[in-house]
Amino acid sequence: MAEKPRTLFEKIWDDHVVSSDPGAPAILAIDLHLVHEVTSPQAFTGLRERGLKVRRPGQTVATADHSIPTLDPSLPILDELAAKQLRQIEENCREFGIPFYGKGSPTRGIVHVIGPELGLTQPGMTIVCGDSHTATHGAFGALAFGIGTSEIEMVLATQTLLQRKPKTFRVQIDGRLGPGVGAKDIILALIARIGIGGGTGHVIEYTGEAIRALSMEERMTVCNMSIEAGARAGLIAPDETTFAYLKGRKFAPHGAAWDEAVARWRKLPTDEGATYDRTVTIDGQALEPMVTYGNNPGMGISVTGRIPSLTDVEPAARADLEHALAYMGLQPGASIAGQKLDVVFIGSCTNGRIEDLRAAASVLRGRRVAAGLRVLVVPGSQQVKKQAEAEGLDDVFTAAGAEWRESGCSMCIAMNGDQLEPGQYGISTSNRNFEGRQGKGGRTFLASPITAAASAIAGVVTDPRTLKPTATSVDVAHSTAVETH
Amino acid sequence: MPEPFVRTTSRVIAIPRANIDTDQICPARFLKITDKAGLADALFFDWRFTPDGKRREPVSFIDEPHNAGRQILLVGDNFGAGSSREHAPWALRAWGIRAIFSTGFADIFRGNALKNALLPIVVTPDRYAALTALQAADPDGEWTVDLEAQKATLPDGESFAFEIDPFARKMILAGTDEIGYVRSNLPAIEAWEAAHPARVDTARA
Ligand code: SF4
Repeated sequence: MAEKPRTLFEKIWDDHVVSSDPGAPAILAIDLHLVHEVTSPQAFTGLRERGLKVRRPGQTVATADHSIPTLDPSLPILDELAAKQLRQIEENCREFGIPFYGKGSPTRGIVHVIGPELGLTQPGMTIVCGDSHTATHGAFGALAFGIGTSEIEMVLATQTLLQRKPKTFRVQIDGRLGPGVGAKDIILALIARIGIGGGTGHVIEYTGEAIRALSMEERMTVCNMSIEAGARAGLIAPDETTFAYLKGRKFAPHGAAWDEAVARWRKLPTDEGATYDRTVTIDGQALEPMVTYGNNPGMGISVTGRIPSLTDVEPAARADLEHALAYMGLQPGASIAGQKLDVVFIGSCTNGRIEDLRAAASVLRGRRVAAGLRVLVVPGSQQVKKQAEAEGLDDVFTAAGAEWRESGCSMCIAMNGDQLEPGQYGISTSNRNFEGRQGKGGRTFLASPITAAASAIAGVVTDPRTLKPTATSVDVAHSTAVETH
Repeated sequence: MPEPFVRTTSRVIAIPRANIDTDQICPARFLKITDKAGLADALFFDWRFTPDGKRREPVSFIDEPHNAGRQILLVGDNFGAGSSREHAPWALRAWGIRAIFSTGFADIFRGNALKNALLPIVVTPDRYAALTALQAADPDGEWTVDLEAQKATLPDGESFAFEIDPFARKMILAGTDEIGYVRSNLPAIEAWEAAHPARVDTARA
């Protein structure tokens, strides 16, 4: 009898169900547990109170990213609470035998940047972390999702989770992207289309020509923001691009084990004839650089577009739009391009990898950022920082007038002192424009690295395709090279 | 060990806004704690205080004296969007909230809420509109949320059934601990592990 065709998600799910009592959620085995300083302390306290050990320390790894300063690491940490939290994770990891990449470690970085770059993130795995952007790792065809602190304690104690099976959602991006349009624009366009609750209860699988053409790092950008569409996780089937990225990385299989792993990974893609609970198709060719104007990531429009008027939306959504525009201090019907800026932030687990920095540098090379503007470039990990410096990108940024920092979450979440001041406008390559997310009273426009970089030069929200080329810079309007490699 | 929870009767706070995200419920700067203390004060902090730390004038509805002690929220769609921080349900529980009615909750928030015996109750858009009208007409009316009977009762005596994850319901009613439940399945976990060699070893030098 032929087996029922299954989706990528279903294959990973089936492979990890330990047991399922009728009436209870499945017990799902977890291959890799990533830990950071902010959401874990109470879980370790719980473990201690129960007198339990970490069940599989060798499938667990910790780092410090959220509250760690991105200034000179030799300086003391002035924020008492942050310093205590950082001491605590170090002590917890030592006590429970978990490998920890802390301050001073060359492999420290944002948890979703270091997993892939160390080769820890592999196809077919289940990966969890006390952080909603764990969806990032789905770019490798791993089932990866964010969990709360009670669940962190569960995984530490049992290396499993209680889970109800989510539904499946196929997002197909057809065609080829135009110049100046990249992964960030795909995901912002999807969220604008389906809404920030549009994926609730589902695991998204991204398919289609435009997705297959993306590099691994671009795929991570897309999967990263699955949670901003409300989805439990985002997945992309592994292929030659995936294998080429992983080969030779520290924790990837080596030798004969590599060949075996690749053979196993090749069986993961969705079978012909498998069905999804829901499907959405987007024409990649028609996409444009996207910018958000409101207080959630679903409020995104083309950079050539106008901020909606109250009459453009359903009556039920008017009060929320009015509130969002009042918070943002924006006029309904105004062009998004040309809106003034105080700060530009290039970094985060969405767009803080080497290709993102290369893209931003390709725009900033030989140019100066607008007078009075603060521009922060924060690499996603210490390895990204090292690579960028080896390529001289740090010099490009500082010559343009931007700040070059140590790695961390930084102004994505404004826990470490890097923040917008009340009322300031920032264009940011991060993932959330919620009120106060980047600092109390701060106002965020989300965009891609090249849109942010182009805006840094002009000092206002700018379509990167309208920048005039200089002798040393890339012509965004006529090249697809900037966003890819 | 969690305390069992069966039912509550309380007045209701309505927040007719959709997509209330976890950065509104508990702003990130309150995530530097290493315990769960003080989170009642962090709840909806930026709605209650100006960026320079002063209590807003007039005070936010959360700080209006007649709302003190209310245990039920009625909120717009997709409540709890955003981060996985369990600090959001911790803050709600610390402030005193036990049940939330909405047309929808973000997945991670819903799971986190149930782990803290905070009931996320999904109602239809029609029911939500009716509840909103009822609360506006009778802001001090008392509602009862009965987890055991899976039933909500309104001030006029009308009641309706609600759905809730049956496993979570059982755990909350009995105050049972999920880690204990999973550990009672350790033989199955060991069998799975024996059949599935570890994919990575993070301790490898
Ligand atoms: S960069 Fe931002 S979104 Fe990513 S893990 Fe850090 S705080 Fe979360």
